[in-house]
Amino acid sequence: MSYSDTELLAVVAARQLAGVTSVFAGVGVPLVAAVLAQKTRAPQLVIVVEGGSMGPRMVPGRLPYSTNEMRTAPRAQMLPGITDTFLFAQRGFLDVGFVGGAQIDPYGNLNSSVIGGYERPKVRLPGSGGANDIISLCRRVMVVTMHERRRFVPKVDFVTSPGFLSGGDSRRDAGLVFGTVSRIVTHLGTLAFDPESRRLQLESLHPGVTVQQVRDNTGFELPAPEHVPVTEPPSAEELETLRSIDPERNFLG
Amino acid sequence: MPKLRSLRAAIAQEVEDGMSVFMGAALESLIPFAAGYEIMRQHKRDLTLMTTISDMQFDQIIGAGCAARVCGAWVGNVAAGLGHNYRRAVERGEPGPLAVENHSNFSMALGLKAAAMGVPYLPTRTLMGSDFGEEASFAGVQCPFTGENLLAVRAVKPDVAILHVQRADDEGNAHVWGNLGVTQDAAMAAGKVLLTCEEIVPHEVILSDPNRTLIPGFLVAAVACVPLGSHPSPTQGYNRRDDDFYFDYHAKSRDRAGFEEWLNHWVLEVEGQDGYIERLGTERVARLKPDSDYMAAPVSYGY
Repeated sequence: MSYSDTELLAVVAARQLAGVTSVFAGVGVPLVAAVLAQKTRAPQLVIVVEGGSMGPRMVPGRLPYSTNEMRTAPRAQMLPGITDTFLFAQRGFLDVGFVGGAQIDPYGNLNSSVIGGYERPKVRLPGSGGANDIISLCRRVMVVTMHERRRFVPKVDFVTSPGFLSGGDSRRDAGLVFGTVSRIVTHLGTLAFDPESRRLQLESLHPGVTVQQVRDNTGFELPAPEHVPVTEPPSAEELETLRSIDPERNFLG
Repeated sequence: MPKLRSLRAAIAQEVEDGMSVFMGAALESLIPFAAGYEIMRQHKRDLTLMTTISDMQFDQIIGAGCAARVCGAWVGNVAAGLGHNYRRAVERGEPGPLAVENHSNFSMALGLKAAAMGVPYLPTRTLMGSDFGEEASFAGVQCPFTGENLLAVRAVKPDVAILHVQRADDEGNAHVWGNLGVTQDAAMAAGKVLLTCEEIVPHEVILSDPNRTLIPGFLVAAVACVPLGSHPSPTQGYNRRDDDFYFDYHAKSRDRAGFEEWLNHWVLEVEGQDGYIERLGTERVARLKPDSDYMAAPVSYGY
């Protein structure tokens, strides 16, 4: 069964949630992937969306465009508002944060604030929203993004959401007791961090993708193991379930 | 002065040039768009717009030249992408310069919570290590008991919070349900509250379900009955999100001239909310109604 880049991204991201109890998911591909996980490998998964909905029941074909669209309210387990939702995270109750990509550097720092200088930016981006809070407060964070050279830059122009900052122990030293950015899931493969330097390295490749192809789409040096594991291709069942979740392809493109 | 007023009178009397105005307290739901349109019609100036995420509302008000400053977590168009007016204002000072104070959703929520609690700051574990953690609203603080390093978020005290709710009585007691965002903390943090609502209901309806009252009337300066007052954002149980309206705005506002056309068509040439609903047309308004009611199980307050 053939599949698109976005479908591959969603399927691989969903697999990361096997066995996970709770996920704080951003809208778009992360949310689609969380719903897919719920319908395949993680039936116990409680999805939390930032607008303040815990355990919303996502209706296939009617996924929300925003994290607190009223579609996230009917038959949710709880609608605590956003302050309390983030307090659940700060208290340490939320296992995985699942966020979309912006500009990302070798230490997993994310920028969604400005491209260029802060005072006179070339592009003013929307800002943090809740991204910083999800990355600061969830126990484990995964970034789900298309793999493009313009996104993977040597240094972000602004640290909106901290990964490992300047590497080593700098994240912990800044006072961030929770969490690590554990993995970057892209449509070309997965990237993980060296346990000491906390710099990104290639972890696995998706079917048919070469190391060179990943490097060509990454704006910084990317070490790779000698033998890179290859991801299992999406199964027919995964793809069919995925397509049933977003039949109008509002998020899958 | 009675609290129940027309939207025009409420904005004229309660919102002054130079004020800080909190809107979008329920994030992308219950955004008081109609109140924003009236602010633009009355050419309010030098406002500080405060929010968590107010979807594309702030992009409109910035484009209309009413804002001098934004204090919030996110400005753009949630489904469509970047905010074109926000970009023009920050990148090249068009239509005027715009100062930006960055927050995250949680830091803004905590800033309001601090003000709502009557304390000058609250400690948290978020924002640490990021570049905007360095800004004036945040400072490092040490726990006096454990010695832990935390981040202090300064209290956020808007002059006025404008909130759209499902129903209120004429004293301003408000029932709200669905996604609540920071609605209650915004009401308690602000100097005063201006409500717009889908329905004005008898006082008895409020008293029948006091757990659903998020805002007591004594915090409220004015209440205006504005059906579809959150359009194009959704109001649970009343109106759906009008997705096309966001995409259309995004396309039209791409350049300044297109935005001005949009502004004239949907705001400046329109006679208040009635004229706006007329422009939407009966078919479009009908499409925004939920398919059916989805009633909660009733609860007994028996004693």
